[in-house]
Amino acid sequence: MAIKTIPASRGPAKTSGRDRAERKLAFRMTAPSLVIMALVAAVPIGYAIWLSLNQYSVRTAGLSRFVGLENYINALASQEWWAAFGQTFLFAGLSVSLELVLGTAMALLLNLAFKGRAVLRTVVLLPYAIITVVSAITWQTMFQPNMGLVTNVLSALGLPGGDVVWLGEHGYAMAVIVMADVWKTTPFAALIILAGLQVISAETYEAAELDGASKWQTFVNITLPLLRPAIVLAAIFRTMDALRVFDLPFVLTRGANGTESMSMLAYTQLRENRLVGEGSALSILTFLTVMVVSVIYVRFAGGNIRDVAKEEQ
Amino acid sequence: MSTLIAERPTAELTTGRKAPKRRLRGESKLHPLVWVFVVAVMAFSLIPFYWLVNTSLKKGASLSQGELFPSQPTLENYLVVFQNPEFLLALRNSVIIAVVTTTVALVFASFAAYALARLKMRRKAMILTLILSVTTFPAIAIAAPMFSIWREIGLYDTLLGLIIPKLTFALPLAIYTLTSFFKEIPRELEESAYMDGATPFVAFRKVILPLAVPGLATTAILVFISVWNEFLLAVTLTTSPEARPVPVAIAFFSGTSEFDQPLGTISAASVIITVPLVILVLVCQKRIVSGMTAGAVKG
Repeated sequence: MAIKTIPASRGPAKTSGRDRAERKLAFRMTAPSLVIMALVAAVPIGYAIWLSLNQYSVRTAGLSRFVGLENYINALASQEWWAAFGQTFLFAGLSVSLELVLGTAMALLLNLAFKGRAVLRTVVLLPYAIITVVSAITWQTMFQPNMGLVTNVLSALGLPGGDVVWLGEHGYAMAVIVMADVWKTTPFAALIILAGLQVISAETYEAAELDGASKWQTFVNITLPLLRPAIVLAAIFRTMDALRVFDLPFVLTRGANGTESMSMLAYTQLRENRLVGEGSALSILTFLTVMVVSVIYVRFAGGNIRDVAKEEQ
Repeated sequence: MSTLIAERPTAELTTGRKAPKRRLRGESKLHPLVWVFVVAVMAFSLIPFYWLVNTSLKKGASLSQGELFPSQPTLENYLVVFQNPEFLLALRNSVIIAVVTTTVALVFASFAAYALARLKMRRKAMILTLILSVTTFPAIAIAAPMFSIWREIGLYDTLLGLIIPKLTFALPLAIYTLTSFFKEIPRELEESAYMDGATPFVAFRKVILPLAVPGLATTAILVFISVWNEFLLAVTLTTSPEARPVPVAIAFFSGTSEFDQPLGTISAASVIITVPLVILVLVCQKRIVSGMTAGAVKG
């Protein structure tokens, strides 16, 4: 380890010397991680941009022709891209809002003191441990026609939906994909929101109680505003994840019935159709979309969070 | 994005351990409606697990009729899975990939996290922002060019070819989680090490690192789960069973050569790889919670 070679002579007596040693050490300690991330993130993205400007196919290996922005123009003019774009945002909007509402409710529940809270916390956390592919398979088995739990129970109760081929129709397939995501990742949102909930001071509630506020009033006027930073943070993490969605539609529908996400479309062009240039252009477009959304989030929610921070101080 | 997280008002306080006592007061009796909600949440979390296990124990008519309880439970699906050489290879691949990636990420991340948590450093905010921005990359943006690069240099469809890009996503997660754990260790400990003549690196290795073992363990669990779970890079950068990890193998599982739905065997395979992770969550529940909230909330 090269780090060990830092001269031990820089004694504690000279503070400025220690400062310099510290900065040097800090640089050496962070450099390996930064170099790995730069090599494996920045270089490939640069290469992806280059590939996206070329007509390049694995079928005709080695043959590549510079075509400028043609791949992007084709992608942006195609129905497939906008369909995938719309589906991804529909999925993200539905699943993230459900996860935030359910997550907040779960967090409030986990914050209550009652016998069995530890059990509840463990149970709630279990879906987090399941890998996404397995979660997709689990939900697939539940919605199988004739043999699935949900379809059987719906039929037995005489409710509609029992004889629906859930994964064979756009709206229903989307619903199953959203449910599978909500099931697996609500615990994550709940834990972030719970952490935010636990810092709201007891005095705040006592003051509200003295003022004669009802439980609902307390929740709307005190808990929710103070919880906003935690909820926004959960929303950011979950939205970024949802916009990159791949595993769930891949396993549940293989992208059929209009459930293809942006990442899936790029993957299909790249791996199945062997169109490296087009696939790269689509992956760069996906990347840009996620970037733009994260910048918008930080602009709006970031200021939001700072305001709340000021109020609390 | 880092500023957003660094400035979170809850930052110092959300260790999740020091919940004010007040909330325990007079709330031992829950409203019946709240109990209904508790039960609903439990059912929502557990029923899919039940159905997965149930499906894995059924064959033939019992499977295709979707019995709520298997009338003739059988372990045949499990036998089929364990006799499937591709599944065993996938299991081996996943273990190697997850263990190597987690170990390497932890070593490098502990250095970086210590520097970011404790040492004086130029452009710290910028570096934190850069690291966090890596986590927002969609994996497909890396997977597409990696597919081409790896094919040219011979890393396509190899374990190493998967470990390298997975490391890129494991590192920021590990750095963020560890930074928050390092921040919790009292500063006086290093100061006294300096008094004894230790250099900052010696203080880190001899004083801080041993104290950070619980934080390292927590981070290792989180990184392991996320690497084990990762699918897009795995499916893009592999093509043969020799390099495929578990999630990809399961997604492409064809089951037996029978004509009936391979759902039974797929479910059995899913149960097999879920059990260790569920045990991990049951045993390390507190660690996972503190790690998830620390990494995410405290930054």
